[in-house]
Amino acid sequence: MTGERSDLTHAPAGKREVEHYVDPQPFDPGSVEELTPEQERFYQASQWQIMWWKFKRHKLAVWSGVVLILFYLCVPFAEVIAPYTANTRDSNHLYAPPQPLHLFHEGRFVGPFVYGMKSELDMTNLKWVFSEDRTDVQPVRFFCSGDPYKFWGLLDADFHLFCPAEGGTLFLLGTDRLGRDMLSGLIYGARISLTVGLVGVAISIVLGLFFGGIAGYFGGIADNVIQRIIEIMRSLPELPLWMALSAALPVTWNPVWIYFGLTIILGLLDWPGLARAVRSKLLSLREEEYAQAAVLMGAKPKRVITRHLLPGFSSHVIASASLSIPSMILGETALSFLNLGLRRPAVSWGVLLNEAQNISVVTVYPWLMAPVIPIIIVVLAFNFLGDGLRDAADPYK
Amino acid sequence: MLSYIIRRILLMIPTMLAISFLIFFIIELPAGDYITNQIAALRASGETASIAKLEFLRAEFALDRPFFERYLIWLGCWPGPNGFDGLIQGNWGWSFEFDRPVSEVVGPTLPLTIVLNFATILFVYIVSFPIGMYSATRQYSWGDYGFTFLGYIGLATPNFLLGLILLYLFNRWFGLSVGGLMAPEYIDQPWSVDKALSVLAHLIVPTIVIGTAGTAAMIRRLRANLLDELHKQYVTTGRAKGLTEGRLLYKYPLRMALNPFIADIGNLIPSLVSGSVIVSVVLNLPTVGPVLLSSLQSQDQFLAGFILLFVAVLTLIGMLVSDLLLAVLDPRIRLGGRATR
Repeated sequence: MTGERSDLTHAPAGKREVEHYVDPQPFDPGSVEELTPEQERFYQASQWQIMWWKFKRHKLAVWSGVVLILFYLCVPFAEVIAPYTANTRDSNHLYAPPQPLHLFHEGRFVGPFVYGMKSELDMTNLKWVFSEDRTDVQPVRFFCSGDPYKFWGLLDADFHLFCPAEGGTLFLLGTDRLGRDMLSGLIYGARISLTVGLVGVAISIVLGLFFGGIAGYFGGIADNVIQRIIEIMRSLPELPLWMALSAALPVTWNPVWIYFGLTIILGLLDWPGLARAVRSKLLSLREEEYAQAAVLMGAKPKRVITRHLLPGFSSHVIASASLSIPSMILGETALSFLNLGLRRPAVSWGVLLNEAQNISVVTVYPWLMAPVIPIIIVVLAFNFLGDGLRDAADPYK
Repeated sequence: MLSYIIRRILLMIPTMLAISFLIFFIIELPAGDYITNQIAALRASGETASIAKLEFLRAEFALDRPFFERYLIWLGCWPGPNGFDGLIQGNWGWSFEFDRPVSEVVGPTLPLTIVLNFATILFVYIVSFPIGMYSATRQYSWGDYGFTFLGYIGLATPNFLLGLILLYLFNRWFGLSVGGLMAPEYIDQPWSVDKALSVLAHLIVPTIVIGTAGTAAMIRRLRANLLDELHKQYVTTGRAKGLTEGRLLYKYPLRMALNPFIADIGNLIPSLVSGSVIVSVVLNLPTVGPVLLSSLQSQDQFLAGFILLFVAVLTLIGMLVSDLLLAVLDPRIRLGGRATR
């Protein structure tokens, strides 16, 4: 800040008219109090930088962020990471139990390997019984070519991070009714389960900003109407409405359309909370001195909103939006679990859980419940991350 | 107080109308209706004999009228084929799938739905209150950390998955059939003490499953509210005057922290009701949940519409009760305006 400072302290105390004195020296804010480099760095930091510093102190939130990044790596590279494709069927291994990973065979180090499986048909219970074949060592191959797939549905490839031994199997989390590998299913399912929340939240942010902005900025009748709508929407139980809406999606749609339909449904019922936050934040920010100053200096509404108000609550909006991602992930899971959302060949964690709907199946083949674990981890991580973001976005802490 | 109650109840009427319209709109979203789909299926299979009957049914249930007229007939504000005969007159509609009136299909499931939701709210109150108090007064103790951790797990586990896990564990360890409302041997038996006990035992797991997430949220809220109050000056003053810790806590901060605690129950009810629907499906409980699912899948519109409306009204009544409780507790609300959340 350079400018001119009118220095009145030198004005004599007499009644005589004083000539307006202007100090010719450029204004130096450091003249009163010398700032240490650290203080200077802090005072000159942008809002986002301060948020980042505050966020870094929240260890749990940072670790949750790291965990989430690891999970999200599955989204672009699912085909490479998974040893099989999500719908590869192995008709010789229906409901095969998980194969534990070993490192030592008979006291000798061989690296990660699994024992082969022997299967026999139990004629009394009419099911396959699998047992480990302790003589059949099947070392896991790394950076290998295995199950062919189309990368992103475009490129033919067969490169995998790890794959089963030649002629062997690698079902680290077991297989399902049709002999599809659960682990691969989980990795592919992350693609839908993890992005459904992001897209849904994006829709909800747009709607929330729009309606909350109208209510908060214009006030009056618009505010009243939107307030009532928000109140009504918030008093409705979400899940039955989600169920009804997704039951309305045509069965003939392909999975991509259903996916976008689902995200729209999830976002459509989520925006009221966000709109309410935006509205109240906008109302309080409008009264702040700096916003008033901008109005008095003749700034147009557009400039006031975009330059002065928006930066004030964008961090807040992002934080509260991140807290509604987990509920959307759970929503998609619940809908797919109930057969109202996505269906095979699309794979999400909810679709995988669909197999575990029957309790008698679950008691015999408990590994079908495996998708529960990533769901809980991701939801927990998002909760911690959201808490951290919210604390960091709060300027009064 | 009376005027507050009346105002609060009158305010529910426009809300209810808006909700009924929204629900009717949603259940009319799928293309066609139950009967047109049936007719199309019959046409496709070349059978034409029963089409005339279905056409008659279509007129009988006013499915051939325009959208708004259908909505008003459903409500009972517009003369349908049989005069004014809608929800307001007590006719809940016809279930095409079961070929019976909706009241007969869902009637038996309604009491249990209400009991289950009520029990869950009670559970949330009873469990979260002492734990929240304990966590706030013994902040950073092992117990506090333990409950906080449990609370986070409870918050993160979707209730239907929790139901699934509990089903599995109970089946594994106790050989207990958790699903259903009663042990299989009591089904179709006359009511007895043992049967009632069996029903009660089977209600415990669903209550816990539905209530866990809510309880976790309430514990966090109560703990935070109470902590805010505990650090205020009047607490120090009270302590300096020589009040015992228990009396001090009960006399001042607890009463202050109770307000948002009760107000939050109102915010929690929608998610509790949501939870009860899906948990009932997973645990195979005879509430409206499984009926709703099947009616949505078969596009049995009046049945689905009635259940959605019932669930929404249940939520509204729950919120009404929580608002009234709040008004009893806080004179500022019953004398001033509405609850500030």
